[in-house]
Amino acid sequence: MDLSFNEEDLAFRAEVQDFIAQKLPAELADKVRLNKGLSKADHDFWHAQLNEKGWLAPNWPKRFGGAEWGAVRRHIFEEECALAFAPRIVPFGLAMLGPVLQKFGSQEQQDYWLPRILNGDDWWCQGYSEPGAGSDLAALKTRAVRDGDHYVVNGQKTWTTLGQHANMIFCLVRTDVEAKKQEGISFLLIDMDSPGVEVRPITLIDGGVEVNEVWLTDVRVPVENLVGEENKGWTYAKYLLTHERTNIAGVGYSRAGLDNVKRIAGRAMSGGRPLIENPHFAARVAQVEIDLMAMSTTNLRIISKAAAGQAPGIESSLLKIKGTQIRQEITDLTRRAVGPQALPFVSEEVESNTPLPDAFDAGAVAASYFNNRKLSIFGGSNEIQREIYAKQMMRDAK
Amino acid sequence: MNFELTEERQMLQDSLRRYLAGAEGDIWAGLAELGVIGALFSEEQGGFGGAGFDMAVVFEELGRADLTIPLIDNALLPGLLMVAGGQDVEGLIGGAQRLALAHGETAARYDLNWVETRAEGNRLTGEKTVVVGAEDADSLIVSARHSGVACDEQGIGLWLVAKDAPGLQIRGYDIAQGGRAAEVSLTDVEAKPLIAEAGSELAKAFAAATLAEMAQCLGAMDICVAMTQEYLTTRKQFGRPIGTFQALTHRLVDVVVAVEQARSMVILAAGHLEADAKTRDLHIAAAKNLFGRSGRLVSEECIQMHGGIGMTEEYALGRYAKRITMSDHRFGDTDHHLERFIDLGAA
Repeated sequence: MDLSFNEEDLAFRAEVQDFIAQKLPAELADKVRLNKGLSKADHDFWHAQLNEKGWLAPNWPKRFGGAEWGAVRRHIFEEECALAFAPRIVPFGLAMLGPVLQKFGSQEQQDYWLPRILNGDDWWCQGYSEPGAGSDLAALKTRAVRDGDHYVVNGQKTWTTLGQHANMIFCLVRTDVEAKKQEGISFLLIDMDSPGVEVRPITLIDGGVEVNEVWLTDVRVPVENLVGEENKGWTYAKYLLTHERTNIAGVGYSRAGLDNVKRIAGRAMSGGRPLIENPHFAARVAQVEIDLMAMSTTNLRIISKAAAGQAPGIESSLLKIKGTQIRQEITDLTRRAVGPQALPFVSEEVESNTPLPDAFDAGAVAASYFNNRKLSIFGGSNEIQREIYAKQMMRDAK
Repeated sequence: MNFELTEERQMLQDSLRRYLAGAEGDIWAGLAELGVIGALFSEEQGGFGGAGFDMAVVFEELGRADLTIPLIDNALLPGLLMVAGGQDVEGLIGGAQRLALAHGETAARYDLNWVETRAEGNRLTGEKTVVVGAEDADSLIVSARHSGVACDEQGIGLWLVAKDAPGLQIRGYDIAQGGRAAEVSLTDVEAKPLIAEAGSELAKAFAAATLAEMAQCLGAMDICVAMTQEYLTTRKQFGRPIGTFQALTHRLVDVVVAVEQARSMVILAAGHLEADAKTRDLHIAAAKNLFGRSGRLVSEECIQMHGGIGMTEEYALGRYAKRITMSDHRFGDTDHHLERFIDLGAA
């Protein structure tokens, strides 16, 4: 047992801080901090900075151009990036597709697609959920029928995050309608510029467009874009989901969020005194701070069990549940901290320059609160996480 | 950064777990012989451990056992104060001597510095309440005020009082956590001085005792989870194991989350036990607050998932749940430590 960071870790933290100080423009950090929407160019810019440094793919093995960091470095990197309000690394190519191609893709696929992910030549999005297949993902209906050296794909995907920026989508499609539902699924890479692909934006209650519907009508996909074997896609899909849960605890985001709550509550007044001195508010802040202290250690304990470059096991479900509860509690505290100034946010705010009151330099905190309802829904809802973990516990007891 | 136990601590854990599995009756001498008491003290104090992680290992194992062993009250807490007073603890480590600290008073609640018992020279007069392990102790360490008013940190001293000292009265009773405590009254009792200004030493010893209490509680929580996990797969209702009902299994996962958070807090508290007083107390306060909340969830939910059987005195689960709940009443409860955490953070 040793809770201290060693010399190399401390040097690494300093290096990360220096890097961010040099490469992250203040305007971009402010956009992240104030919850303004980031453009594709913003994301591409930050990815390019990280890629140049070799830090864009923290979880990839070195032979594929990744950093292959262990748990402690990942923790330090994520924490420093979150505290500095750096844009998050867009996960679809890097954290999701990359590991699948590395494990199940052909040599040609690895050689072609992996460098393009790192270099930002492709923007990937995720074609998993469908209107009738959310938590019950294997119920998906999008059909792919072999026609010569192509698949012809028909169906509809939804909740496609940042699909509006994407030129490529990895899709789960049904290639065998007779088989059991998990056994007729394949994993296809689809060019979004193909005829028959249509992206329709979905506006959420935070006023922003983050997710989309993707309609696929007679889309022709070359067979070389099949990953692994036909009808084995469910195995790859599940493997991807374990990698999706990397950094699922979001400890860095919570720390940044909590610092922000304290900063706001030190300025906002309540009954002539700073809100942070109000015993009820202070008690809520203190409890979540304590939960986060524990979570930070729980997170390190669990991820340090996984080898460098590998995803943590089933315990990541526990991280998802508690980590998202903490993050959501903080978004609630933030909107309460600004009081009536939580009210003025509008859908167009992201695009227009409507001058809204923001006495606490807090940005669109109510929008952020609404947006972060997603945390307990996506990536396997928290109920699905409980189910995964509970089933394993019941099996273990037998 | 490393979350593995050292080889020595792993061995201590293994041998203690094996020993406790077959233990019954008075095992004090057995524990001493195994080196368990020595593990609580550093080499310079005459032991061979004494770090927060040594205490965590020992008390987590004690917490897993379905036994009441007052190792905190009869060894760790008074032992640390004896060391602070320059006394040797050889007898204590060897198991021949047992001590207890008579400190708490009715008006003090959880306030460490609230002492109204008076010292006139070396003669003590006052009332001490819920002194755990007092009857089994060979002598008592008693806190008393030689100057200042009730809540001052300054002016509190510690004295040693022989069990047969004239004017000392001990009225014992069973406590809900298991074991016994006593009301101790002192009327002009002659005592031997131990520490003249004990405020900071008391705080230090209480931090260690709080850590030990939490580790003990963690061990009991692990057992509750394991028993509930087992029960859900074996108990059948409506023709199937009740572990097929999500209304129950999802609650169990929330309990596991609470236990893992508690485990992290034992690690954090243990890792900061030797830090400066403010850092140490901030971590202890955070940890004990989380334990109060997690502990209540674990004990209430595990009883609920068991149904009526979880409430019977005969079935072990109820006893563990009771210990976890009562643990919140020792060394400051959930609310006390939340307030303390806020005060320390603002200071």
